[in-house]
Amino acid sequence: MSKAPKSSGGVNRRQFLADTAKAACGVGAVGLGISLYADDAKALPATALRPPGAGPESHFLSACVRCGLCVRDCPYDTLRLAKLGERVTVGTPYFVAREVPCEMCDDIPCVPACPTGALDHALTDINKARMGLAVLIDHETCLNFLGLRCDVCYRVCPVIDKAITLEQHANLRTGKHAMFIPVVHSEHCTGCGKCERSCVLEEAAIKVLPHRLAKGALGAHYRLGWEEKAKAGHELVPGIIDLPDRMPEVVR
Amino acid sequence: MSADTKKANRPGTEAITEKGWLSAHKWLLLRRLAQATFVLLFLIGPLTGFWIVKGNMASSLTLDILPLTDPFILIQSFVAGHVLEMTAMVGAAIVTIAYLLLGGRSYCSWACPINPITDLAHWLRQRLGIKGGMQISRQTRYWVMAMVLASSALTGAIAWELINPITILHRGIIFGVGLAWTVVLAIFLFDLFVSRRGWCSHLCPVGAFYSIIAIPSVLRVSAQNRAVCNDCMDCYAVCPEPHVISPALKGEAKNIGPVIQSPNCTNCGRCIDVCAPMVFTFTNRFNTKVSESPSRVMEAA
Repeated sequence: MSKAPKSSGGVNRRQFLADTAKAACGVGAVGLGISLYADDAKALPATALRPPGAGPESHFLSACVRCGLCVRDCPYDTLRLAKLGERVTVGTPYFVAREVPCEMCDDIPCVPACPTGALDHALTDINKARMGLAVLIDHETCLNFLGLRCDVCYRVCPVIDKAITLEQHANLRTGKHAMFIPVVHSEHCTGCGKCERSCVLEEAAIKVLPHRLAKGALGAHYRLGWEEKAKAGHELVPGIIDLPDRMPEVVR
Repeated sequence: MSADTKKANRPGTEAITEKGWLSAHKWLLLRRLAQATFVLLFLIGPLTGFWIVKGNMASSLTLDILPLTDPFILIQSFVAGHVLEMTAMVGAAIVTIAYLLLGGRSYCSWACPINPITDLAHWLRQRLGIKGGMQISRQTRYWVMAMVLASSALTGAIAWELINPITILHRGIIFGVGLAWTVVLAIFLFDLFVSRRGWCSHLCPVGAFYSIIAIPSVLRVSAQNRAVCNDCMDCYAVCPEPHVISPALKGEAKNIGPVIQSPNCTNCGRCIDVCAPMVFTFTNRFNTKVSESPSRVMEAA
């Protein structure tokens, strides 16, 4: 082995700078690629739901080390780790409601199994989990909307009569029957996906979506007059002027 | 060149004739056994339903009590802005302490599942006589490591885990392969055709991280009997990080060694295997004893 001459420090300055620049530029280019990929990875497909206790996707990807311990402790094999080539960030746990929904175990074994807290250990009541939000997406094919009594999504809901209720409406097509419309309430829906799994249609009319897609948001400054009125216990603007009714001539 | 002379030129031939095949492959066989164990232990659970170890090399739980977490992933998670649970912290501490004792880069040669792949590529490269290729600075891996940490901090995601071939392969074997084999194949071909020992010894930031743990680590290879070295160069031929040998083996004049102090040494023990005069041995970093060989002393005089 030839020994590098120690006196000159092994390599000269020009060589050192050239090598450093090469390494830095090469690595920098790769780093840019990884960073863009990492940013891109935050766009989780809408059908992929995270386990209970997972925070927003941007936080989840900083916390989940992709060890699969939640998958191992899931008694129903609901959870799985994304393989390379799937559209979910490689190695992260997820489930697809239409295939295997979350059974909402009382002891939520997947959460304490998480060593990093990517699944928030503060979640001890599965009813407080928010994996997604069920949305009755298709009013045209839902059997209840067609005036039939399917009710399956309502019946299978683990939080029945809270997360999904049936609202009675008149069936204007027949003119003499009632329609029982399933209505999801975000206050109670955990996003377990049992409704989507059980929907009897070829393609589910009710689907669990991530909250970012399923929910709107009121402007932060919006106040609902009737609620403010109830809170205050009286009219907020006293003596509201009763404007004259403007009725069509014929009616008048 | 006849087949016989070709064979005679292969590193380790002398050691095999002097010590026997088994003892000339002792550490290599133990290493392969360890690497297989690290995969099999994780596979027993899913295959038989009897759980010894759950998880994968990123983080695991052994016998429902011992948590182990990769400290490099933990650091990326930390700089990405996540405050970790105690379990992961304890797991990473245990792993760090273990490698402080066993030599940081023992991870690379004894535990990492990519090592057999790149070893195979190197072996094939030598057998096929593939020479030259891309010259990459050994320091590049530290740049890659810095880049990974910067990327984690900027994107708020554990950046290296998006492409880390180690966990992609290990997870792939245990949880389902997917396209994990493409990454493995890419690294194999890279090491075979593009750059000699390119991945593990030049680019991998995980190896760079474990090199840093290796700086103060205890378990070392020492050229204790360097006086009897016959300059056959076999150790250089098999070493994945040949630059670590010279100071320890040839440092007598400058009063350096005989313990290999470079944190890049992977403690693979292959130099011990292939050395016919048995120059090298595993010892601790504080054991700077040198055996004197009478013949060598006479030669010098």
